[in-house]
Amino acid sequence: MQNESEVPSNKPEIIVNGAVIRFAGDSGDGVQLTGQRFSSAVALAGNDVATLPDFPSEIRAPAGTLYGVSGYQLQFASKDVYTPGDSLDVLVALNAAALQTNLSDLKPGGLLVVDSGALGAAQLKKAGYATNPLEDGSLSGYQVAAIDISTLTRKAVTPVGLSTKEAGRCKNFWTLGLIFSIYDRSLDTTLSFIAQQFKKKPQFAEGNSIALKAGYAFGAASELFHQRYRIAAAPRNPGLYRNIDGNTALSYGLIAGSVCAGRHLVLGAYPITPASAILQELSKHRHLGVTAIQAEDEIAAACLALGAAYAGAVGICCTSGPGMALKTEAIGLAVATELPMVIVDVQRAGPSTGLPTKPEQSDLYLAVHGRNGEAPVCVLAPATPAECFTVAYDAVRIAIRHMTPVIILSDAYLAHGAEPWLVPDVDQLAKFEQIALPPIEQFTPMLRNDVTLARPWASPGTPGYEHRIGGLEKDYVTGQISVDPLNHERMVQTRAEKIARIADDMPECRIEVGASQGKLLVIGWGSTYGSIREAVEQLHAKGVSVGHLHLRGLCPFPRGLEAIMSAFGRVLVAELNSGQLAQLLRAKFCLDIKSFTKIQGKPIRTDELMDRILKESEDYS
Amino acid sequence: MTMVVETARLTQKDFASSDDVRWCPGCGDYGILSSVLKVLPELEIPKENFVWVSGIGCSSRFPYYIDTYGFHSIHGRAPAVALGIKAANPKLSVWLVTGDGDGLSIGGNHLMHCFRRNLDVKVLLFNNRIYGLTKGQYSPTSELGKQTGSSPFGSADRPVDPIRFALGCGATFVARSYDTAGAHLVDVLRRAARHRGTAFVEILQNCHVFNDAAFEQITNKTTASANQLRLEPGKPLIYGAGNDKGLALDPATLGISKVDTTVSNGSTKNLLVHDESSPILAQCLASLSFPEYPVPLGVLYANSLPTYEDQLHHLDTQAKETARGGLQALLKSGQVWQVPAA
Repeated sequence: MQNESEVPSNKPEIIVNGAVIRFAGDSGDGVQLTGQRFSSAVALAGNDVATLPDFPSEIRAPAGTLYGVSGYQLQFASKDVYTPGDSLDVLVALNAAALQTNLSDLKPGGLLVVDSGALGAAQLKKAGYATNPLEDGSLSGYQVAAIDISTLTRKAVTPVGLSTKEAGRCKNFWTLGLIFSIYDRSLDTTLSFIAQQFKKKPQFAEGNSIALKAGYAFGAASELFHQRYRIAAAPRNPGLYRNIDGNTALSYGLIAGSVCAGRHLVLGAYPITPASAILQELSKHRHLGVTAIQAEDEIAAACLALGAAYAGAVGICCTSGPGMALKTEAIGLAVATELPMVIVDVQRAGPSTGLPTKPEQSDLYLAVHGRNGEAPVCVLAPATPAECFTVAYDAVRIAIRHMTPVIILSDAYLAHGAEPWLVPDVDQLAKFEQIALPPIEQFTPMLRNDVTLARPWASPGTPGYEHRIGGLEKDYVTGQISVDPLNHERMVQTRAEKIARIADDMPECRIEVGASQGKLLVIGWGSTYGSIREAVEQLHAKGVSVGHLHLRGLCPFPRGLEAIMSAFGRVLVAELNSGQLAQLLRAKFCLDIKSFTKIQGKPIRTDELMDRILKESEDYS
Repeated sequence: MTMVVETARLTQKDFASSDDVRWCPGCGDYGILSSVLKVLPELEIPKENFVWVSGIGCSSRFPYYIDTYGFHSIHGRAPAVALGIKAANPKLSVWLVTGDGDGLSIGGNHLMHCFRRNLDVKVLLFNNRIYGLTKGQYSPTSELGKQTGSSPFGSADRPVDPIRFALGCGATFVARSYDTAGAHLVDVLRRAARHRGTAFVEILQNCHVFNDAAFEQITNKTTASANQLRLEPGKPLIYGAGNDKGLALDPATLGISKVDTTVSNGSTKNLLVHDESSPILAQCLASLSFPEYPVPLGVLYANSLPTYEDQLHHLDTQAKETARGGLQALLKSGQVWQVPAA
């Protein structure tokens, strides 16, 4: 407690291991910012934290509507956490609609903080309440703190001279202050954030700071809260940490890759949810050799990235499902011309426009097979927001070393979710091995490297290596246009073999947690990592014979996968689609693979997966 | 990798590739290739700094026949590929070859954005008013009612005019010539090469297999003078046998009217004088309808504006002035905390 505004509290302090909190309100209530600031503050205080922002695709949906509710959930703890949590210890509902749509996730006896000032007759009606839930006894199973946050915020910030409407917009910081007081957190980092964020609008800076302090003071003094909770720092490896979300980590990984490759990064992108943040992030770093171009469409974005790759830069594009669909022909050209290129697909629920802000893992088939002709590419998937950095870095490294397009499958959950990240030492990053051009007299555009089968990357501007390349089939030896039947077959097989050999450049498969042999192996990929890990860890601790394997490489599969699968009686693949990885594994390994699927635009809950694991292991025995 | 290249000594031979040229014998593309090969050695650009980019179509085979760097890409997307090439290496001399289908139908969007950005590339659009490589379907420049394999009862589409499209999209250099024009085509290509920014050249090209004689009245030696308006900067707009016709401004319609110069004994006093820097004149010339009026050939419009590459360079300079450290500084930006060793 270093801040003079923080009223000393004599409430008893209870030590707990962790908590799951969700802030929910109108999409214009600043809920996302509140959640981000809370996660940042607890991370800075040394807790581990996992977050789940969940918001509608409307920017500011009509106030008070059920579909306009925005939420931000986080779990923070004194140990490692891998998911934002299944059910809530605390729900903060800033309006009636948020209460209506989120209450079912609150644990029995959980703390409900609700803005009673936002439960007027009209608002209740809009949210579908016939009676006021504060009065009809429907909340009796919870610990209810009904506070007129709207009025208290307005009163607190009036002296600053903000209008009523502007004052109302400080409500999120008032609420944040309140929750900080319950969890015994310092306001310092948030106050400095406010000062920085509203530098050009000092009135707002002052208003929000006052609201934050007022909410804190209310929590400390109010009889509504009998105790405060203390959650100790999680044990960590020493080093410098920061909180990072998936899209930022991915952007940094791409930049790090191009800097370490000693090449310019050229991004072609067209704005699309939930990938636009990568375009915006990369646009900031021109001084690091990054040229981010907002193209006229998704196709141009892919083509310009490929053109840049041809000219010797690291060509990148970032998009989501509908954009991936448009890029398929350009990716096919990248396969045919064997140029390095990284395509980021931040997946969202589909088909077509689908649910633009909700996560799904339904572009796996598209990434692995979604092109005309046989056009294999490397497909990678990060498991956590922070891992987006390493996977993006590796994607650049593999693309260049193997002269191939690499697709990264992220998703809306990884994109917006945040966690503490051990800032890597740039000097310790894996070194790039770039193969020198062959002597001019030996050069042909298809002269392959013996180990990787990669062709030489001779870029325009390099004297003596002038050559033509394109989408037509090329002669295996000379690289010139060829329609020879056997040559075509050989080229198709060679391009496939080139991708298969990337497995030599990936870490071997390993068990994440749980048994390394036994009854049931649960395989996952991408953002389901946390739920699967927690489910397996908990059940394994209770004596269930279950292990967790998580794939980062989806094409090719990493070495050792078959051996691990065969060490278990049964294999269950858990994923956010109708069973795409399960199908790919069945096709590749001819195994009877079970599938756990969820297609609701929401992450897998630990408890629902645990139920299935128990059922599978009981069935098996 | 630096090698001293005697660019001044480059000849046509240095630019001719060893690939067999696979266009139909008698195709207009041969004439264009030979004119291009005349111009390239004159430009004093090292061979390795040329990149020829194309999409799909007969014209898009062009890069294979020039011994520089070349990228035969996908249908309509050459301008987007070229944008990436120039963003990665602005020093390259990038030439696009496209056709009426590739450039104005499937790739119209990219061409539009190439023009408005003023990307420093040369765009050669071979207009034969037909789809050749797919064996004779109507193209976006085919005349209304054109009967083809895909329009047996005549097409229902009105044609787009490449020159008006380019001017409308803000192209900074717009010119027209034709496949067999020889010295005229060479001269137009030379001008295009020297222009900084997007240089657009429409080249009327005969596809004698699927749309023979599409431009016969314009290119045939016996009718050429009556139907060609050869533009020269600072010179009056005259044409016809013995320059017996001229073009003047019609103040009543803000349009152009024909003048019989024999009446004024060959005086050109009241005729319009060609000014390449006038966008309004360029629009007027581009709007002349054939065969009532002649087809303008040469440089219709040329204007010097900052290129896309100039803008990128400017942004880079700005960014470097305000740069806040390198990669390591970026990674540890924001709110960080140190976990001490236990």
